[in-house]
Amino acid sequence: MILVYINTLNGIGKSSYEAVTYAKKMGDSVVVLTNGNEEESNLSSLGDYGAEKVMIHREITSFESGQICDLISKVAEQHGINTIVFSHDHVSKAVAPMLSTRLSAGLVPGAISLPDSNGHIDVNVFSGKAIAKVSINSDKKIISLLPNSIPLEKNETTCVVEDLSLDLCEAKIKLLSKKELEGDIPLPEAELVVSAGRGLKGPENWGMVEDLAKTMGAATACSRPVSDIGWRPHHEHVGQTGIAIRPNLYIAAGISGAIQHLAGVNGSKVIVVINTDPEAPFFKAADYGIIGDAFEVLPKLNESMKKFMAQNN
Amino acid sequence: MKILVCISKSPDTTSKISFSDQNTKFDESGVQYIVNPYDEWYALVRALEIKESVGGSVTIITVGTQADDPIIRKALAIGADNAVRVDAQPSDAFYTAKQLSEYAKENAYDLILLGKETINYNGSQVGGMMAQLLDMPFISVASKLEVNGDSLTLESEVPGGIEVYEVLTPCVVSCAKGMAEQRIPNMRGIMAARTKPLSVVSPVDCQNLTSVVSYELPNEKSECKMIDPDNMDQLVDLLHGEAKVI
Repeated sequence: MILVYINTLNGIGKSSYEAVTYAKKMGDSVVVLTNGNEEESNLSSLGDYGAEKVMIHREITSFESGQICDLISKVAEQHGINTIVFSHDHVSKAVAPMLSTRLSAGLVPGAISLPDSNGHIDVNVFSGKAIAKVSINSDKKIISLLPNSIPLEKNETTCVVEDLSLDLCEAKIKLLSKKELEGDIPLPEAELVVSAGRGLKGPENWGMVEDLAKTMGAATACSRPVSDIGWRPHHEHVGQTGIAIRPNLYIAAGISGAIQHLAGVNGSKVIVVINTDPEAPFFKAADYGIIGDAFEVLPKLNESMKKFMAQNN
Repeated sequence: MKILVCISKSPDTTSKISFSDQNTKFDESGVQYIVNPYDEWYALVRALEIKESVGGSVTIITVGTQADDPIIRKALAIGADNAVRVDAQPSDAFYTAKQLSEYAKENAYDLILLGKETINYNGSQVGGMMAQLLDMPFISVASKLEVNGDSLTLESEVPGGIEVYEVLTPCVVSCAKGMAEQRIPNMRGIMAARTKPLSVVSPVDCQNLTSVVSYELPNEKSECKMIDPDNMDQLVDLLHGEAKVI
């Protein structure tokens, strides 16, 4: 039996279904563990991808890494579980290493493949400039799956939801408040991303980026200088010091493609670059390039995209 | 406040990444090492700011060999008081966390800071492992940290927002962008760093939990296909028919 821990405090996202798909493809039965207030009907949707059971602990309602680690560890021990799968998100980045130490279980953070016949798992290293094959030396194993690394696969399974009561360690981290941010598609999960940089000349020109993103159902992103000078919020900054993403399609307008920016997006399946400068280094990393002014190209692309969407939906 | 900052070396961002010994080892020839930017810009600088406002000390620690002393001196030049090097070649995250924790345990720090990840292994593992080994709370990927006596207020970005937490020291915090701004060491700092204490301690026995079997480079990108800026219909067709991403 494989245990998948899912963070449902921010809803159930695509990366949760990917983690269940991944565990199911490892060939064993899959049980999900979570905590919070998520409704039973939403939780049972994890059965569509192969989960037989979802256990939910309703008393942990904030991101308390110590209590979540204690919860997973106790459930794993009770059920004699040797393999635990996470989605590589903000919760697993805290909890999985703690759990690894507590259970003496080797951890592969940010896995991008299933274990091969030798049990080796691929991860991105050197900020996406190389791939390492990692072997886990312990009997117990923890794998945290990078979002957008494997295709979702349905596996209709009857799924029961069970409320769990378990005494846990004391909470040491107190959630004081939460500030909501705008933007409805979380960037790390987005399949399509439209991004722009200094070439747009000012925050007032972002309307054409947002229009194209809206037409495509894409998330918006930006380069570091743009978030540093406050044109766009920090959470949109992709690159070396921002977040790393690997969407199916990354459209970059007015970004030259410095190596630090590429480090955050080189996992994208397809890259489209729009730039006035034919020498922009980003063209070397691009699949499709357009030498032209973003102010003219983006609205035209939006029109073509609208036509396409109208025909195909 | 007594602060320990864990630093790691990483290849300069512009380094060419290649491998030797049948792709089992990172090829270090010609590679310039720097202090991992997350450890330096965010963890170390924030630690120094806290010391400047509430007093205390900042010690830096790394697991490495003598070859890593230049990056330790760099961190000292930025302003740390003293440094510790655990004399060993780090072999996996658990090994590293174990060595760092053993030293931290004996020296009772109020706060342990480190970057959210290194730019070479990107694993985000060492902080959480240390917290568990030291039985301390762990706040990961924090973008703000304020000290009020023995309690800390921290901010972390989560999907759809920013969460604000409160936690008592001692604790471990991994640091991300927003925490502080990069500081360039000045001449005085560089001179002072030469004579600041750097102690070398022996590692404790520890088994790796994971190992890297081999490395590979990603597939070369095929040639970039240029599209006429007046023909966006063609781009949409290609994205649909050829690339199959829409």
